[in-house]
Amino acid sequence: MIEIKGIKKSFGKLEVLKGFDFSLSKGKITAVLGPNGSGKTTLIKSILGLVIPSGGEISFNGKSIFKDWEYRREIGYLPQIARFPENLKVKELFKLIEDIRGGKGNSEELISMFDLDTFLNKKLRQLSGGTRQKVNIVLTFMFDSPVYILDEPTTGLDPIALIRLKDLILEKKKQGKTFLVTTHIMSLVEELGDELIFILEGQIYFRGTHREMMEAQKEENLERAIAKILEKKNAKDS
Amino acid sequence: MLKILKYSFFDLIRSRWSIIYFLFYFITGMVLLYLSNDVSKAIVSLMNITFILTPLIGTIFGVMNFYNSREFIELLLAQPMPRRRIFLGMFLGISLSLSLSLLLGMGLPFVLYRIFISSHVMSLLILLLSGVFLTFIFTAISFYIALVNENRLKGFGMAILVWLFMAFIYDGIFLLSLFLLQEYPIEKFAIAMSLFNPIDLSRILIMLQLDISALMGYTGAVFHKFFSNHSGMLISISALTAWTLIPLFFILRKSSKKDF
Repeated sequence: MIEIKGIKKSFGKLEVLKGFDFSLSKGKITAVLGPNGSGKTTLIKSILGLVIPSGGEISFNGKSIFKDWEYRREIGYLPQIARFPENLKVKELFKLIEDIRGGKGNSEELISMFDLDTFLNKKLRQLSGGTRQKVNIVLTFMFDSPVYILDEPTTGLDPIALIRLKDLILEKKKQGKTFLVTTHIMSLVEELGDELIFILEGQIYFRGTHREMMEAQKEENLERAIAKILEKKNAKDS
Repeated sequence: MLKILKYSFFDLIRSRWSIIYFLFYFITGMVLLYLSNDVSKAIVSLMNITFILTPLIGTIFGVMNFYNSREFIELLLAQPMPRRRIFLGMFLGISLSLSLSLLLGMGLPFVLYRIFISSHVMSLLILLLSGVFLTFIFTAISFYIALVNENRLKGFGMAILVWLFMAFIYDGIFLLSLFLLQEYPIEKFAIAMSLFNPIDLSRILIMLQLDISALMGYTGAVFHKFFSNHSGMLISISALTAWTLIPLFFILRKSSKKDF
């Protein structure tokens, strides 16, 4: 599926990814955790070709992704911030993505799932943050892709939409889809994540299930396990 | 590219600012034509407004649109489509929607005034053509500046400085150098200098078309000789085209390497 070998990326003097190795397990939900600025988003953006790594190799189904764009047909991406052209209508935005990807997406089902029917003719600037995030989710899932990459998918969602999103993810997983999800919501990781990777300072600090992580840190829940890792690291640094 | 262009165009043409921009030209054009009752004068007045305003609006829209679309660009970049097409589509979307406001806003008053048959049609066409060129040129320059500068304030400041330089400061330097070098034959130098500023170049094209170059003395005569024959016209159009294509080339080059 996705293979990452020794990728490096710095922004100016700041080294964000330091020789990062990783392979995404097919048919599983992998959660990417880490403190702010640890390189989660940079990792995701490197896979998508938004950020160009300064070293290393990323391949998708055995083919290098550098200078390629066709592979992105196989990925549904949910960006962290949902901001769209202000004067377009919601349905026009869906149409745009259909135009780009070619063919008809299954947006109707998703639109009713997230109660967006009444918003279709509204302009995007009139939508609230949560509604924009729902639009964002529809855009991500309207085309059937083998891989989905979700960057903070729960931002701004109300409990009903949150439950529907979880159901949607689990349903897609049943169909054999692969997920890479970043989040700060630990309950989401415990509920959905088959596997987690914990990134610290541009490298994988831990990889395994959340149970393994809790056991390794001798903590009862994930949040505390992570806090413990960070405290240890801070103590070592100072 | 056409897909992005289409949506970017529709997004912008519906914005309040496009309508205000259109109305501004429309009302100004109407007032100037009907109050002065002199097409030549109206065109000169419109020219003076257009050659300051069009680059300014192109500059502001180029920078603002890029910065406002940051997150949307990220979404597009994650789609199966090469980068080149996204940026070309966005650039053309802004330039064309601004050009449409300009063409309609400035063209309609003349249509209503019925000047189809008068000799002024050519002047108007050149005015519109150079307005469109200036829109494309300054949108491209500011789009590039926004692409290079992550810091919005810095990007905005730089873009406005470029506009200020081209619209005002360059002329000052130009005049000063003509004054300092008045002892020498500097006509070729003057022509070359005007080719290096798209605003000046457009202005000269209109002046010559309106045949008021006689007012500009000997330099005017030299300009007239150079610009009014076919090769002069060709050179001017080529220079304006180069002014459009060079920043566009830099946009495409920068965007292919940039991290988003």
